[in-house]
Amino acid sequence: MSLLTIKYFLSEAFKSLYRNRLLTFATIANVAICILILGAAVLLTLNASNIIDNLESDVEIVAFIDKDLADSDEDHLKNKIEKIEGIKSIDFVSKEEGLKRLQEKFGGLEYDLGSTLEENPLRNSFEIQVVDPHQVPEIAKKVEKLSGVYKVNYGQGVVEKLFQVTKWVRIVGLVTIVLLAFGAVFLISTTIRLAIFSRRKEIYLMKLIGATDWFVRMPFFLEGVFLGLIGAVIAILCLAVGYGSIIGHVDTVMFFSIITDMGLLINIYLILLGAGIILGILATYFSLNKFLDV
Amino acid sequence: MLVQFYNVSKIYPNGVKALDDVSLKIDRGEFLFLMGPSGAGKSSFVKMLFREEMPTRGQIFIASRSIVRMKRSEVPKLRRNIGIVFQDFKLLENKTVAENIAFAMEVVGSPHRQIKKRVTQVIKQVGLEGCENTFPGQLSGGEQQRVGIARALANEPLLLIADEPTGNLDIDTSLEIMDLLYDINRKGTTVIMATHARELVKAAHKRVVMLEKGQIISDTQNRYEEQPI
Ligand SMILES: Nc1ncnc2c1ncn2[C@@H]1O[C@H](COP(=O)(O)OP(=O)(O)OP(=O)(O)O)[C@@H](O)[C@H]1O
Ligand SMILES: [Mg+2]
Repeated sequence: MSLLTIKYFLSEAFKSLYRNRLLTFATIANVAICILILGAAVLLTLNASNIIDNLESDVEIVAFIDKDLADSDEDHLKNKIEKIEGIKSIDFVSKEEGLKRLQEKFGGLEYDLGSTLEENPLRNSFEIQVVDPHQVPEIAKKVEKLSGVYKVNYGQGVVEKLFQVTKWVRIVGLVTIVLLAFGAVFLISTTIRLAIFSRRKEIYLMKLIGATDWFVRMPFFLEGVFLGLIGAVIAILCLAVGYGSIIGHVDTVMFFSIITDMGLLINIYLILLGAGIILGILATYFSLNKFLDV
Repeated sequence: MLVQFYNVSKIYPNGVKALDDVSLKIDRGEFLFLMGPSGAGKSSFVKMLFREEMPTRGQIFIASRSIVRMKRSEVPKLRRNIGIVFQDFKLLENKTVAENIAFAMEVVGSPHRQIKKRVTQVIKQVGLEGCENTFPGQLSGGEQQRVGIARALANEPLLLIADEPTGNLDIDTSLEIMDLLYDINRKGTTVIMATHARELVKAAHKRVVMLEKGQIISDTQNRYEEQPI
Protein backbone atom coordinates (compact mmCIF):
# COMPACT_ATOMS: atom_id res chain seq x y z
CA MET A 1 0.00 0.00 0.00
CA SER A 2 1.50 3.29 -1.06
CA LEU A 3 1.79 6.42 1.01
CA LEU A 4 -0.58 8.14 -1.39
CA THR A 5 -3.24 5.54 -0.73
CA ILE A 6 -2.92 5.92 3.04
CA LYS A 7 -3.10 9.69 2.68
CA TYR A 8 -6.16 9.26 0.50
CA PHE A 9 -7.92 7.05 3.08
CA LEU A 10 -7.17 9.44 5.92
CA SER A 11 -8.14 12.56 4.04
CA GLU A 12 -11.38 10.96 2.83
CA ALA A 13 -12.25 9.85 6.36
CA PHE A 14 -11.56 13.26 7.90
CA LYS A 15 -13.21 15.18 5.08
CA SER A 16 -16.34 13.14 5.62
CA LEU A 17 -16.19 13.61 9.39
CA TYR A 18 -15.79 17.34 8.84
CA ARG A 19 -18.51 17.55 6.21
CA ASN A 20 -21.00 15.98 8.63
CA ARG A 21 -19.42 17.65 11.64
CA LEU A 22 -22.65 18.13 13.54
CA LEU A 23 -23.41 14.44 13.23
CA THR A 24 -19.80 13.59 14.01
CA PHE A 25 -20.02 15.62 17.18
CA ALA A 26 -23.35 14.06 18.16
CA THR A 27 -22.04 10.55 17.53
CA ILE A 28 -18.86 11.07 19.50
CA ALA A 29 -20.93 12.46 22.37
CA ASN A 30 -23.28 9.49 22.13
CA VAL A 31 -20.48 6.95 21.96
CA ALA A 32 -18.77 8.66 24.87
CA ILE A 33 -21.95 8.45 26.95
CA CYS A 34 -22.44 4.82 25.96
CA ILE A 35 -18.90 3.84 26.88
CA LEU A 36 -19.06 5.96 30.01
CA ILE A 37 -22.12 4.05 31.18
CA LEU A 38 -20.51 0.84 30.00
CA GLY A 39 -17.40 1.62 32.01
CA ALA A 40 -19.45 2.72 35.02
CA ALA A 41 -21.41 -0.53 34.79
CA VAL A 42 -18.18 -2.53 34.60
CA LEU A 43 -16.72 -0.72 37.61
CA LEU A 44 -19.97 -1.10 39.52
CA THR A 45 -20.23 -4.78 38.76
CA LEU A 46 -16.60 -5.35 39.65
CA ASN A 47 -16.97 -3.47 42.90
CA ALA A 48 -20.18 -5.27 43.74
CA SER A 49 -18.45 -8.59 43.01
CA ASN A 50 -15.55 -7.49 45.12
CA ILE A 51 -17.78 -6.62 48.07
CA ILE A 52 -19.75 -9.79 47.62
CA ASP A 53 -16.58 -11.86 47.43
CA ASN A 54 -15.49 -10.35 50.71
CA LEU A 55 -18.85 -11.08 52.27
CA GLU A 56 -18.83 -14.57 50.87
CA SER A 57 -15.42 -15.39 52.23
CA ASP A 58 -16.62 -14.15 55.61
CA VAL A 59 -19.21 -16.87 55.60
CA GLU A 60 -18.12 -19.67 57.92
CA ILE A 61 -19.67 -22.62 59.66
CA VAL A 62 -19.74 -22.75 63.42
CA ALA A 63 -20.33 -26.24 64.80
CA PHE A 64 -21.24 -26.35 68.51
CA ILE A 65 -20.15 -29.44 70.32
CA ASP A 66 -22.18 -31.52 72.77
CA LYS A 67 -21.51 -30.34 76.30
CA ASP A 68 -20.55 -33.71 77.74
CA LEU A 69 -18.11 -34.73 74.99
CA ALA A 70 -14.70 -35.88 76.17
CA ASP A 71 -11.53 -34.15 74.89
CA SER A 72 -10.42 -37.23 72.94
CA ASP A 73 -13.82 -37.40 71.25
CA GLU A 74 -13.48 -33.75 70.32
CA ASP A 75 -10.19 -34.48 68.57
CA HIS A 76 -11.82 -37.42 66.88
CA LEU A 77 -14.68 -35.18 65.68
CA LYS A 78 -12.21 -32.63 64.41
CA ASN A 79 -10.51 -35.29 62.30
CA LYS A 80 -13.84 -36.39 60.88
CA ILE A 81 -14.79 -32.85 59.90
CA GLU A 82 -11.41 -32.29 58.30
CA LYS A 83 -12.03 -35.28 56.07
CA ILE A 84 -15.16 -33.72 54.52
CA GLU A 85 -14.42 -32.49 51.02
CA GLY A 86 -14.15 -28.72 50.53
CA ILE A 87 -12.92 -27.78 54.00
CA LYS A 88 -10.21 -25.15 54.04
CA SER A 89 -9.45 -24.86 57.74
CA ILE A 90 -10.90 -25.67 61.10
CA ASP A 91 -10.29 -23.94 64.41
CA PHE A 92 -11.23 -25.07 67.88
CA VAL A 93 -12.82 -22.36 70.01
CA SER A 94 -13.24 -23.23 73.66
CA LYS A 95 -16.23 -21.93 75.54
CA GLU A 96 -13.93 -19.70 77.59
CA GLU A 97 -12.54 -18.19 74.42
CA GLY A 98 -16.09 -17.76 73.13
CA LEU A 99 -17.11 -15.90 76.25
CA LYS A 100 -14.07 -13.66 76.00
CA ARG A 101 -15.04 -12.75 72.46
CA LEU A 102 -18.57 -11.96 73.55
CA GLN A 103 -17.21 -9.85 76.32
CA GLU A 104 -15.09 -7.86 73.84
CA LYS A 105 -17.96 -7.46 71.47
CA PHE A 106 -20.66 -6.34 73.87
CA GLY A 107 -19.28 -5.76 77.30
CA GLY A 108 -16.20 -3.70 77.34
CA LEU A 109 -14.48 -3.02 80.59
CA GLU A 110 -17.24 -1.60 82.69
CA TYR A 111 -19.54 -4.54 82.13
CA ASP A 112 -18.18 -7.92 83.15
CA LEU A 113 -20.13 -10.73 81.55
CA GLY A 114 -18.24 -13.37 83.52
CA SER A 115 -19.44 -12.10 86.87
CA THR A 116 -23.00 -11.52 85.69
CA LEU A 117 -23.33 -15.10 84.51
CA GLU A 118 -22.65 -17.65 87.14
CA GLU A 119 -21.79 -20.44 84.79
CA ASN A 120 -20.47 -20.15 81.22
CA PRO A 121 -23.54 -20.88 79.07
CA LEU A 122 -21.52 -21.38 75.90
CA ARG A 123 -20.25 -24.57 74.35
CA ASN A 124 -16.97 -25.52 72.81
CA SER A 125 -17.14 -25.09 69.05
CA PHE A 126 -15.33 -25.49 65.76
CA GLU A 127 -15.09 -22.61 63.29
CA ILE A 128 -14.94 -24.10 59.85
CA GLN A 129 -13.76 -22.25 56.72
CA VAL A 130 -14.68 -23.80 53.40
CA VAL A 131 -12.95 -23.48 50.02
CA ASP A 132 -16.02 -22.48 47.99
CA PRO A 133 -18.49 -20.35 49.94
CA HIS A 134 -21.30 -21.63 47.71
CA GLN A 135 -20.88 -25.08 49.32
CA VAL A 136 -21.47 -23.79 52.82
CA PRO A 137 -25.09 -25.02 53.16
CA GLU A 138 -24.20 -28.46 51.84
CA ILE A 139 -21.14 -28.94 54.04
CA ALA A 140 -23.00 -27.59 57.07
CA LYS A 141 -25.57 -30.31 56.61
CA LYS A 142 -22.86 -33.00 56.58
CA VAL A 143 -21.24 -31.59 59.72
CA GLU A 144 -24.55 -31.49 61.51
CA LYS A 145 -25.04 -35.22 60.95
CA LEU A 146 -21.85 -36.16 62.78
CA SER A 147 -22.31 -37.46 66.31
CA GLY A 148 -21.05 -35.09 68.97
CA VAL A 149 -22.25 -32.04 67.04
CA TYR A 150 -24.95 -30.23 68.92
CA LYS A 151 -25.86 -27.58 66.39
CA VAL A 152 -24.51 -25.97 63.24
CA ASN A 153 -24.72 -22.27 62.54
CA TYR A 154 -23.79 -20.50 59.34
CA GLY A 155 -26.37 -17.75 59.06
CA GLN A 156 -28.92 -20.06 57.53
CA GLY A 157 -31.17 -18.28 55.06
CA VAL A 158 -28.96 -15.18 54.98
CA VAL A 159 -26.27 -16.98 53.06
CA GLU A 160 -28.72 -18.32 50.49
CA LYS A 161 -30.19 -14.83 50.06
CA LEU A 162 -26.75 -13.34 49.64
CA PHE A 163 -25.95 -15.76 46.85
CA GLN A 164 -29.24 -14.91 45.15
CA VAL A 165 -28.39 -11.20 45.28
CA THR A 166 -24.91 -11.79 43.91
CA LYS A 167 -26.29 -13.79 41.05
CA TRP A 168 -28.75 -11.06 40.12
CA VAL A 169 -26.22 -8.26 40.40
CA ARG A 170 -24.03 -10.18 37.97
CA ILE A 171 -26.84 -10.92 35.53
CA VAL A 172 -28.23 -7.38 35.54
CA GLY A 173 -24.73 -5.95 35.11
CA LEU A 174 -24.02 -8.20 32.16
CA VAL A 175 -27.35 -7.49 30.45
CA THR A 176 -26.88 -3.74 30.88
CA ILE A 177 -23.44 -3.91 29.33
CA VAL A 178 -24.66 -5.93 26.36
CA LEU A 179 -27.59 -3.58 25.76
CA LEU A 180 -25.34 -0.53 25.91
CA ALA A 181 -22.90 -2.10 23.48
CA PHE A 182 -25.74 -2.65 21.04
CA GLY A 183 -26.76 0.98 21.49
CA ALA A 184 -23.26 2.18 20.66
CA VAL A 185 -23.04 -0.03 17.57
CA PHE A 186 -26.39 1.30 16.42
CA LEU A 187 -25.31 4.93 16.85
CA ILE A 188 -22.01 4.57 15.07
CA SER A 189 -23.54 2.60 12.23
CA THR A 190 -26.18 5.30 11.80
CA THR A 191 -23.45 7.88 11.38
CA ILE A 192 -21.50 5.70 9.00
CA ARG A 193 -24.66 4.91 7.07
CA LEU A 194 -25.32 8.61 6.62
CA ALA A 195 -21.73 9.18 5.56
CA ILE A 196 -22.06 6.34 3.08
CA PHE A 197 -25.43 7.56 1.91
CA SER A 198 -24.07 11.01 1.18
CA ARG A 199 -21.31 9.38 -0.83
CA ARG A 200 -23.26 6.57 -2.49
CA LYS A 201 -22.72 7.99 -5.99
CA GLU A 202 -19.00 8.11 -5.36
CA ILE A 203 -19.00 4.54 -4.07
CA TYR A 204 -20.94 3.34 -7.10
CA LEU A 205 -18.50 5.12 -9.35
CA MET A 206 -15.49 3.73 -7.50
CA LYS A 207 -16.86 0.22 -7.87
CA LEU A 208 -17.49 0.65 -11.59
CA ILE A 209 -14.01 2.06 -12.12
CA GLY A 210 -12.57 -1.07 -10.53
CA ALA A 211 -11.89 -0.21 -6.90
CA THR A 212 -11.73 -3.26 -4.65
CA ASP A 213 -14.25 -3.63 -1.81
CA TRP A 214 -11.37 -3.21 0.54
CA PHE A 215 -10.41 0.12 -0.96
CA VAL A 216 -13.95 1.44 -0.79
CA ARG A 217 -14.39 0.29 2.79
CA MET A 218 -11.17 1.64 4.22
CA PRO A 219 -12.08 5.33 4.66
CA PHE A 220 -15.35 4.36 6.32
CA PHE A 221 -13.57 1.94 8.60
CA LEU A 222 -11.19 4.69 9.61
CA GLU A 223 -14.18 6.94 10.18
CA GLY A 224 -15.92 4.36 12.35
CA VAL A 225 -12.76 3.55 14.27
CA PHE A 226 -12.11 7.23 14.83
CA LEU A 227 -15.62 7.79 16.17
CA GLY A 228 -15.34 4.80 18.49
CA LEU A 229 -11.85 5.77 19.59
CA ILE A 230 -12.52 9.42 20.37
CA GLY A 231 -15.77 8.53 22.11
CA ALA A 232 -13.93 5.96 24.20
CA VAL A 233 -11.10 8.36 25.08
CA ILE A 234 -13.55 11.00 26.30
CA ALA A 235 -15.48 8.42 28.30
CA ILE A 236 -12.30 7.01 29.86
CA LEU A 237 -11.09 10.47 30.87
CA CYS A 238 -14.43 11.16 32.54
CA LEU A 239 -14.37 7.77 34.24
CA ALA A 240 -10.79 8.10 35.44
CA VAL A 241 -11.45 11.54 36.93
CA GLY A 242 -14.83 10.55 38.38
CA TYR A 243 -13.70 7.24 39.83
CA GLY A 244 -10.49 8.78 41.11
CA SER A 245 -12.44 11.30 43.16
CA ILE A 246 -14.76 8.54 44.42
CA ILE A 247 -11.75 6.56 45.59
CA GLY A 248 -10.46 9.64 47.38
CA HIS A 249 -13.73 10.16 49.25
CA VAL A 250 -14.97 6.64 49.87
CA ASP A 251 -11.74 5.17 51.11
CA THR A 252 -11.87 7.21 54.27
CA VAL A 253 -15.60 7.12 54.88
CA MET A 254 -17.02 3.79 53.92
CA PHE A 255 -16.50 0.47 55.61
CA PHE A 256 -16.61 -1.72 52.52
CA SER A 257 -13.65 -2.11 50.21
CA ILE A 258 -13.56 -0.43 46.80
CA ILE A 259 -11.26 -1.44 43.95
CA THR A 260 -8.22 0.83 43.92
CA ASP A 261 -5.77 -1.47 42.18
CA MET A 262 -4.25 0.86 39.54
CA GLY A 263 -3.13 -2.03 37.32
CA LEU A 264 -6.66 -3.42 37.19
CA LEU A 265 -8.14 0.04 36.51
CA ILE A 266 -5.71 0.70 33.67
CA ASN A 267 -6.61 -2.68 32.19
CA ILE A 268 -10.30 -1.77 32.37
CA TYR A 269 -9.62 1.56 30.62
CA LEU A 270 -7.59 -0.17 27.91
CA ILE A 271 -10.37 -2.70 27.42
CA LEU A 272 -12.88 0.15 27.08
CA LEU A 273 -10.62 1.76 24.49
CA GLY A 274 -10.47 -1.52 22.60
CA ALA A 275 -14.22 -1.82 22.96
CA GLY A 276 -14.64 1.61 21.33
CA ILE A 277 -12.49 0.58 18.38
CA ILE A 278 -14.25 -2.75 18.00
CA LEU A 279 -17.65 -1.07 18.18
CA GLY A 280 -16.52 1.29 15.41
CA ILE A 281 -15.32 -1.55 13.19
CA LEU A 282 -18.42 -3.67 13.79
CA ALA A 283 -20.77 -0.78 13.14
CA THR A 284 -19.00 0.10 9.90
CA TYR A 285 -18.97 -3.47 8.74
CA PHE A 286 -22.70 -3.83 9.25
CA SER A 287 -23.56 -0.57 7.50
CA LEU A 288 -21.28 -0.94 4.51
CA ASN A 289 -22.04 -4.23 2.82
CA LYS A 290 -25.34 -3.19 1.28
CA PHE A 291 -23.84 -0.38 -0.77
CA LEU A 292 -20.88 -2.38 -1.96
CA ASP A 293 -22.93 -4.91 -3.84
CA VAL A 294 -22.48 -3.38 -7.29
CA MET B 1 -12.08 -11.39 -30.51
CA LEU B 2 -12.62 -8.96 -27.62
CA VAL B 3 -16.28 -9.54 -26.71
CA GLN B 4 -18.34 -12.69 -27.22
CA PHE B 5 -21.97 -13.15 -26.22
CA TYR B 6 -23.36 -16.69 -26.51
CA ASN B 7 -27.14 -17.13 -26.19
CA VAL B 8 -27.37 -14.51 -23.48
CA SER B 9 -30.73 -13.89 -21.84
CA LYS B 10 -31.46 -11.48 -19.02
CA ILE B 11 -34.60 -11.73 -16.95
CA TYR B 12 -34.87 -9.23 -14.10
CA PRO B 13 -36.23 -10.37 -10.74
CA ASN B 14 -39.55 -8.63 -11.57
CA GLY B 15 -39.95 -10.95 -14.58
CA VAL B 16 -39.06 -8.47 -17.33
CA LYS B 17 -37.10 -10.13 -20.11
CA ALA B 18 -34.60 -7.47 -21.16
CA LEU B 19 -32.44 -9.66 -23.42
CA ASP B 20 -33.57 -12.76 -25.27
CA ASP B 21 -31.02 -15.23 -26.58
CA VAL B 22 -28.48 -12.70 -27.82
CA SER B 23 -25.31 -13.91 -29.56
CA LEU B 24 -22.74 -11.42 -30.79
CA LYS B 25 -19.02 -11.04 -31.41
CA ILE B 26 -17.06 -7.81 -31.32
CA ASP B 27 -13.50 -7.56 -32.60
CA ARG B 28 -10.67 -5.60 -31.08
CA GLY B 29 -10.60 -2.10 -32.52
CA GLU B 30 -14.22 -2.04 -33.64
CA PHE B 31 -16.63 0.82 -33.19
CA LEU B 32 -20.12 -0.50 -32.59
CA PHE B 33 -23.43 1.30 -32.27
CA LEU B 34 -26.13 -0.38 -30.25
CA MET B 35 -29.49 0.96 -31.40
CA GLY B 36 -33.12 0.27 -30.69
CA PRO B 37 -36.23 1.77 -29.17
CA SER B 38 -36.55 2.55 -25.51
CA GLY B 39 -36.72 -0.61 -23.45
CA ALA B 40 -35.09 -2.70 -26.18
CA GLY B 41 -32.37 -3.83 -23.79
CA LYS B 42 -29.42 -1.66 -24.78
CA SER B 43 -28.49 -0.64 -21.27
CA SER B 44 -28.97 -4.20 -20.03
CA PHE B 45 -26.57 -5.41 -22.73
CA VAL B 46 -23.99 -2.82 -21.80
CA LYS B 47 -24.24 -3.41 -18.06
CA MET B 48 -23.43 -7.07 -18.49
CA LEU B 49 -20.08 -6.17 -20.06
CA PHE B 50 -18.70 -4.92 -16.77
CA ARG B 51 -20.82 -7.16 -14.59
CA GLU B 52 -23.09 -4.57 -13.14
CA GLU B 53 -25.72 -7.15 -14.10
CA MET B 54 -25.29 -10.89 -14.52
CA PRO B 55 -26.92 -12.78 -17.38
CA THR B 56 -29.71 -15.17 -16.43
CA ARG B 57 -28.60 -17.61 -19.13
CA GLY B 58 -25.73 -17.82 -21.59
CA GLN B 59 -22.03 -17.01 -21.59
CA ILE B 60 -20.07 -13.79 -21.98
CA PHE B 61 -16.34 -13.66 -22.72
CA ILE B 62 -14.14 -10.60 -22.66
CA ALA B 63 -10.63 -11.14 -23.97
CA SER B 64 -11.39 -14.89 -23.81
CA ARG B 65 -12.23 -14.78 -20.10
CA SER B 66 -15.70 -15.82 -18.99
CA ILE B 67 -17.05 -12.97 -16.93
CA VAL B 68 -19.99 -15.09 -15.82
CA ARG B 69 -17.79 -17.59 -14.04
CA MET B 70 -15.42 -14.91 -12.84
CA LYS B 71 -15.02 -14.70 -9.04
CA ARG B 72 -16.29 -11.60 -7.27
CA SER B 73 -12.75 -10.74 -6.26
CA GLU B 74 -11.66 -10.64 -9.91
CA VAL B 75 -14.32 -8.15 -10.99
CA PRO B 76 -12.26 -5.04 -10.09
CA LYS B 77 -9.52 -6.22 -12.47
CA LEU B 78 -12.06 -6.64 -15.28
CA ARG B 79 -13.44 -3.17 -14.70
CA ARG B 80 -10.01 -1.55 -14.78
CA ASN B 81 -9.78 -2.61 -18.42
CA ILE B 82 -13.12 -1.06 -19.27
CA GLY B 83 -13.83 2.66 -19.42
CA ILE B 84 -17.43 3.71 -18.86
CA VAL B 85 -19.01 6.94 -20.08
CA PHE B 86 -22.40 7.85 -18.64
CA GLN B 87 -25.31 9.80 -20.05
CA ASP B 88 -25.43 11.97 -16.91
CA PHE B 89 -21.61 12.22 -16.72
CA LYS B 90 -21.49 11.16 -13.03
CA LEU B 91 -18.79 13.66 -12.15
CA LEU B 92 -18.03 14.40 -8.51
CA GLU B 93 -19.16 17.98 -7.94
CA ASN B 94 -16.74 18.66 -5.10
CA LYS B 95 -13.69 17.69 -7.11
CA THR B 96 -12.01 19.71 -9.87
CA VAL B 97 -11.67 18.43 -13.42
CA ALA B 98 -8.15 17.16 -12.76
CA GLU B 99 -9.22 15.59 -9.47
CA ASN B 100 -12.16 13.83 -11.09
CA ILE B 101 -9.84 12.25 -13.64
CA ALA B 102 -7.15 11.46 -11.07
CA PHE B 103 -9.83 9.83 -8.91
CA ALA B 104 -10.19 6.99 -11.43
CA MET B 105 -6.49 6.27 -11.10
CA GLU B 106 -6.32 6.75 -7.33
CA VAL B 107 -8.98 4.14 -6.69
CA VAL B 108 -7.00 1.54 -8.58
CA GLY B 109 -3.88 2.45 -6.65
CA SER B 110 -1.75 4.05 -9.39
CA PRO B 111 1.42 5.81 -8.27
CA HIS B 112 1.29 9.57 -7.82
CA ARG B 113 3.77 10.45 -10.58
CA GLN B 114 1.97 8.33 -13.12
CA ILE B 115 -1.36 9.91 -12.22
CA LYS B 116 -0.04 13.44 -12.74
CA LYS B 117 1.44 12.55 -16.10
CA ARG B 118 -1.59 10.67 -17.37
CA VAL B 119 -4.09 13.34 -16.24
CA THR B 120 -2.26 15.98 -18.24
CA GLN B 121 -2.23 13.62 -21.21
CA VAL B 122 -5.95 12.82 -21.26
CA ILE B 123 -6.98 16.40 -20.55
CA LYS B 124 -5.08 17.33 -23.69
CA GLN B 125 -6.62 14.45 -25.61
CA VAL B 126 -10.20 15.58 -24.86
CA GLY B 127 -9.32 19.21 -25.47
CA LEU B 128 -9.83 20.62 -21.99
CA GLU B 129 -6.45 22.30 -21.45
CA GLY B 130 -6.84 25.19 -19.05
CA CYS B 131 -9.84 23.69 -17.25
CA GLU B 132 -7.81 21.52 -14.86
CA ASN B 133 -8.82 23.39 -11.74
CA THR B 134 -12.39 24.17 -12.72
CA PHE B 135 -15.28 22.46 -10.95
CA PRO B 136 -17.79 20.50 -13.07
CA GLY B 137 -20.63 22.87 -12.14
CA GLN B 138 -18.84 25.66 -14.01
CA LEU B 139 -18.60 23.68 -17.27
CA SER B 140 -21.06 23.24 -20.16
CA GLY B 141 -22.67 19.84 -20.74
CA GLY B 142 -20.33 19.06 -23.62
CA GLU B 143 -17.29 19.97 -21.54
CA GLN B 144 -18.55 17.87 -18.65
CA GLN B 145 -18.90 14.88 -20.95
CA ARG B 146 -15.34 15.43 -22.11
CA VAL B 147 -14.27 15.15 -18.49
CA GLY B 148 -16.32 11.95 -18.25
CA ILE B 149 -14.54 10.57 -21.30
CA ALA B 150 -11.14 11.64 -20.00
CA ARG B 151 -11.86 9.82 -16.74
CA ALA B 152 -12.90 6.70 -18.66
CA LEU B 153 -9.63 6.85 -20.61
CA ALA B 154 -7.39 7.46 -17.63
CA ASN B 155 -6.62 3.80 -16.96
CA GLU B 156 -6.00 3.09 -20.67
CA PRO B 157 -8.90 0.68 -21.14
CA LEU B 158 -9.15 -1.95 -23.86
CA LEU B 159 -12.84 -1.23 -24.19
CA LEU B 160 -14.77 2.02 -23.90
CA ILE B 161 -18.47 1.73 -23.18
CA ALA B 162 -20.76 4.70 -23.63
CA ASP B 163 -24.46 4.43 -22.81
CA GLU B 164 -26.22 7.38 -24.48
CA PRO B 165 -23.21 9.66 -24.05
CA THR B 166 -24.92 12.38 -26.06
CA GLY B 167 -28.35 11.91 -24.53
CA ASN B 168 -28.18 15.17 -22.60
CA LEU B 169 -26.44 17.22 -25.30
CA ASP B 170 -27.57 19.30 -28.30
CA ILE B 171 -26.72 18.11 -31.80
CA ASP B 172 -23.62 20.24 -32.40
CA THR B 173 -22.12 19.29 -29.09
CA SER B 174 -23.03 15.67 -29.78
CA LEU B 175 -21.10 15.74 -33.04
CA GLU B 176 -18.06 17.09 -31.23
CA ILE B 177 -18.29 14.29 -28.70
CA MET B 178 -18.65 11.76 -31.54
CA ASP B 179 -15.47 13.08 -33.16
CA LEU B 180 -13.70 12.59 -29.88
CA LEU B 181 -14.94 8.99 -29.65
CA TYR B 182 -13.88 8.23 -33.24
CA ASP B 183 -10.49 9.66 -32.44
CA ILE B 184 -10.19 7.41 -29.42
CA ASN B 185 -11.25 4.43 -31.55
CA ARG B 186 -8.64 5.29 -34.18
CA LYS B 187 -5.98 5.10 -31.48
CA GLY B 188 -6.95 1.46 -30.94
CA THR B 189 -9.60 1.40 -28.23
CA THR B 190 -12.69 -0.66 -28.96
CA VAL B 191 -15.83 1.45 -28.50
CA ILE B 192 -19.39 0.31 -27.84
CA MET B 193 -21.98 3.04 -27.83
CA ALA B 194 -25.68 2.69 -27.12
CA THR B 195 -27.78 5.45 -28.57
CA HIS B 196 -31.14 6.64 -29.85
CA ALA B 197 -29.68 9.27 -32.13
CA ARG B 198 -30.22 8.04 -35.68
CA GLU B 199 -28.62 11.09 -37.29
CA LEU B 200 -25.34 10.43 -35.46
CA VAL B 201 -25.34 6.78 -36.46
CA LYS B 202 -26.21 7.44 -40.09
CA ALA B 203 -23.33 9.82 -40.57
CA ALA B 204 -20.85 7.49 -38.94
CA HIS B 205 -20.59 4.51 -41.29
CA LYS B 206 -19.81 2.14 -38.45
CA ARG B 207 -21.17 -1.23 -37.43
CA VAL B 208 -24.76 -1.00 -36.14
CA VAL B 209 -26.55 -3.64 -34.06
CA MET B 210 -30.30 -3.14 -33.78
CA LEU B 211 -32.09 -4.47 -30.71
CA GLU B 212 -35.81 -4.82 -30.30
CA LYS B 213 -37.63 -6.46 -27.41
CA GLY B 214 -34.34 -7.92 -26.26
CA GLN B 215 -33.44 -9.55 -29.59
CA ILE B 216 -30.97 -8.60 -32.31
CA ILE B 217 -33.05 -7.78 -35.36
CA SER B 218 -30.20 -6.60 -37.55
CA ASP B 219 -26.41 -6.33 -37.56
CA THR B 220 -24.53 -4.54 -40.31
CA GLN B 221 -21.39 -6.51 -39.38
CA ASN B 222 -18.64 -4.90 -41.44
CA ARG B 223 -20.78 -3.88 -44.39
CA TYR B 224 -21.05 -0.32 -43.08
CA GLU B 225 -21.22 1.44 -46.43
CA GLU B 226 -23.91 -0.74 -47.98
CA GLN B 227 -26.33 -0.54 -45.11
CA PRO B 228 -28.66 2.42 -45.14
CA ILE B 229 -30.38 2.84 -41.82
N1 LIG C 1 -33.00 -3.21 -12.78
C1 LIG C 1 -34.10 -3.54 -13.50
N2 LIG C 1 -35.09 -4.22 -12.90
C2 LIG C 1 -36.17 -4.56 -13.59
N3 LIG C 1 -36.38 -4.29 -14.86
C3 LIG C 1 -35.43 -3.60 -15.52
C4 LIG C 1 -34.24 -3.19 -14.86
N4 LIG C 1 -33.48 -2.53 -15.74
C5 LIG C 1 -34.17 -2.53 -16.91
N5 LIG C 1 -35.34 -3.17 -16.78
C6 LIG C 1 -36.31 -3.41 -17.84
O1 LIG C 1 -35.68 -4.13 -18.87
C7 LIG C 1 -36.09 -3.66 -20.12
C8 LIG C 1 -34.89 -3.23 -20.91
O2 LIG C 1 -34.33 -2.10 -20.28
P1 LIG C 1 -33.02 -1.37 -20.77
O3 LIG C 1 -32.72 -0.30 -19.80
O4 LIG C 1 -31.99 -2.38 -21.01
O5 LIG C 1 -33.52 -0.75 -22.14
P2 LIG C 1 -32.82 0.37 -23.04
O6 LIG C 1 -32.77 -0.17 -24.40
O7 LIG C 1 -31.54 0.80 -22.43
O8 LIG C 1 -33.87 1.55 -22.95
P3 LIG C 1 -33.59 3.11 -23.02
O9 LIG C 1 -33.35 3.43 -24.47
O10 LIG C 1 -34.87 3.72 -22.55
O11 LIG C 1 -32.44 3.41 -22.16
C9 LIG C 1 -37.09 -2.54 -19.87
O12 LIG C 1 -38.38 -3.07 -19.99
C10 LIG C 1 -36.81 -2.13 -18.45
O13 LIG C 1 -37.98 -1.69 -17.82
MG1 LIG D 1 -30.79 2.62 -21.59
